[in-house]
Amino acid sequence: MLTRSFFLKILSGALIFGAWEYAGRTGVNYALPTFLESMKALFDMTMSGLIFEAYADTLRPLAVGVFISSFIGIGIGVWVGLSEKFDWLVSPIFIIMQAAPLAALIPLLIMAYGIGLTSKVFVVCIMAMPVIVLNTSVAVKNTPSSVKEMARSFLGTEKDVILKIIIPAASPVIFAGLRLGVSAGFIGAILAELKITPTGVGDIISYSRMTADYPSMYAAIFSIILLAVLFLNLLEKIENFFFKGNNQGYIS
Amino acid sequence: MYLFRYKLPGMSSLILWGLLWEFLGQIEVSFFLPPLSAIFNTLLEIYNSKAFVRALYETGYSFLAGIFFAVFIGIPTGILMGKNRFLDELLLPWVNVFMSAPLTALVPVLMVLFGFGLKSIIITTTLFAIWIIILNSRAGVMQINRSLVDMANSFGASPIDAFIKIYFWAALPEILGGVRIGFIRAVKGVIIAQLLISIVGFGALFELYSSRFLMTHFWAVILVLFALAFTLSELLGMLARKVDYYASKRGQ
Amino acid sequence: MSDQTTANAVSVKNIYKNYGETEALRDLSLDFPKGQLTSLLGPSGCGKTTLLKIIAGLLPATQGEVFVNGSLVTKPGPDRAFVFQDFALMPWASVLRNVAFGLELRGVNKNEREDIAAKYIKDVGLVGFENSFPHELSGGMRQRVGLARALSVDSPVLLMDEPFSAVDEQTRRKFQEDLLNLVKNENKTFIFVTHSIEEAVYVSDQIAILLPRPSRVSEIIKPKGFRNKDVDSIRKDSEYLDTVESIWKSLRTYVE
Repeated sequence: MLTRSFFLKILSGALIFGAWEYAGRTGVNYALPTFLESMKALFDMTMSGLIFEAYADTLRPLAVGVFISSFIGIGIGVWVGLSEKFDWLVSPIFIIMQAAPLAALIPLLIMAYGIGLTSKVFVVCIMAMPVIVLNTSVAVKNTPSSVKEMARSFLGTEKDVILKIIIPAASPVIFAGLRLGVSAGFIGAILAELKITPTGVGDIISYSRMTADYPSMYAAIFSIILLAVLFLNLLEKIENFFFKGNNQGYIS
Repeated sequence: MYLFRYKLPGMSSLILWGLLWEFLGQIEVSFFLPPLSAIFNTLLEIYNSKAFVRALYETGYSFLAGIFFAVFIGIPTGILMGKNRFLDELLLPWVNVFMSAPLTALVPVLMVLFGFGLKSIIITTTLFAIWIIILNSRAGVMQINRSLVDMANSFGASPIDAFIKIYFWAALPEILGGVRIGFIRAVKGVIIAQLLISIVGFGALFELYSSRFLMTHFWAVILVLFALAFTLSELLGMLARKVDYYASKRGQ
Repeated sequence: MSDQTTANAVSVKNIYKNYGETEALRDLSLDFPKGQLTSLLGPSGCGKTTLLKIIAGLLPATQGEVFVNGSLVTKPGPDRAFVFQDFALMPWASVLRNVAFGLELRGVNKNEREDIAAKYIKDVGLVGFENSFPHELSGGMRQRVGLARALSVDSPVLLMDEPFSAVDEQTRRKFQEDLLNLVKNENKTFIFVTHSIEEAVYVSDQIAILLPRPSRVSEIIKPKGFRNKDVDSIRKDSEYLDTVESIWKSLRTYVE
């Protein structure tokens, strides 16, 4: 599939990694290993299984946190979208959470909940929930009134309108919110690991930094970024697949 | 939402939440949740203390420097990408990668390469903000209505005139939108960097307060940060609304 | 006042509708004879869609009553079906599901409602598109889905809110011709909102001309002579052209 864009992607990758390799070799900075050295370290970690153990540790709070955030976040979001009172009460909290640097709360969570799975899950949740709640509530509020009216004109009950019209109509934006939530959750998970107990991939990064094993450090970071990017792209493809009808916007 | 037929202002439920916080603090439901009034008292004590002012200065300085680079490198890059297909195909994959990557993972790299000082914080801030600015600037340029371009040509406008009088303004709403989000990300970036580097700015303060369990101090700093972040976001929102009236929705 | 229970499918009496300070409809009374197509014609802002939605039960009147087949109505009911100006299709559902939706909301079981829907899909000329999605259809086709949906629930009264305004001119003309045939073949009462004079005179048995704020009926026109001509000849008939002209003259002052 040697299309022009594919070729250019390879080219740009080669350029960046080539520049990395070159910079490493010229020793512009003692802490910058070459691209190949880092890749070798990554390879070693994969072979020894170290990286899989590490990811199991890292991904656990992420998965749990995203799962909880999704359920509670969508639930709150739908409620906010449907009820003006609940919206007035709860939205300001999430609006502030969206703009504020929630990472500042991490030391507090460590103080309160110690260094374990609970505080890490908390970190993921506070990073992921605001965007999920806000996206969901906006989607619910913006359901085109024409389709809701249509359902009522054909004798739909309020329950019908919510389940058969509002939720399906809001799904694309809700899903996009989930994707952003996962992205924020990733940040939370890594932050939690670098700051709280060093376990998992965060541990590899911190430890190799302290022992000046730079190739391993870069390898671990490279692997996280790669994983996050692949996973989020996968989510986007799934989103486009299921909701391609809706990407056209509302039919009118 | 209405109460006794008076429309309540947008964020007024925060007053209720504030009262709840004060109440919970007073009955000492948790050591980690002091009453709001105590936090305000502490804030009044420390706001002109050397440590606090220095932290504010270091944070503000890093933030502004980071934003400066993000805006003045990001906007031109985005514009160039929007106009030049080759450059776009080369760079866009990377911009997308870094948009979805958990940039937190890069902070250890920066710490190692650039030390534990303000330099790393500034670079982190720039990295957090720049990608969305690039993407939005690019989008702003790409969505310029073809008719406007034709119109400029048909009246014989010189390239400079065309850029200053038409293209710049046509792309502005989108670019400002990107800058706004960039600002918010920069705030998160500057805090995350300080948390991880933790010997400068607010990171140092958090370390200090948490090691001595000074809860009111801790919350005072958090509230200040949140208030600043939120105010900044709202100011930018108002600025964006001034040009919004002529912005076309993307995709229409 | 003509006999209410047999000659008129729908009767509105002394309808007032206020939006805050604005009086949208004032003391409006109108009868809609059974089995005929009555148009509500008037310039923008004269309240014709508001009136239609009040009849449909989608908006409450501030004052006044609506009778359908002799009974007072205040909410949507199985006796009326609505066709929307912007089609109001569910973009995530297939054509078949969209057409069957009215029946779905009434609890008709899946096989039965899909059979009924398939019949009407055929009637509106969309055979083969049962499993297509709205975004794959043209504007004209989407409106036919909306029409099939309204026909599927087999209500005696069909309410149409500028149904052809969002499609192109050629499709619109075809729709008008199809509508004439529909009125002839189906034993239903049609209430049709439009701002196009030609359209109203072409399709209607009776035209109610509405004037803007506050909305009231200024006159009722019943075109006679050309009603039974075939669809192609009507547009050339001199009575048709004269009627269009005279309506335009009286509405003109309200546009300028």
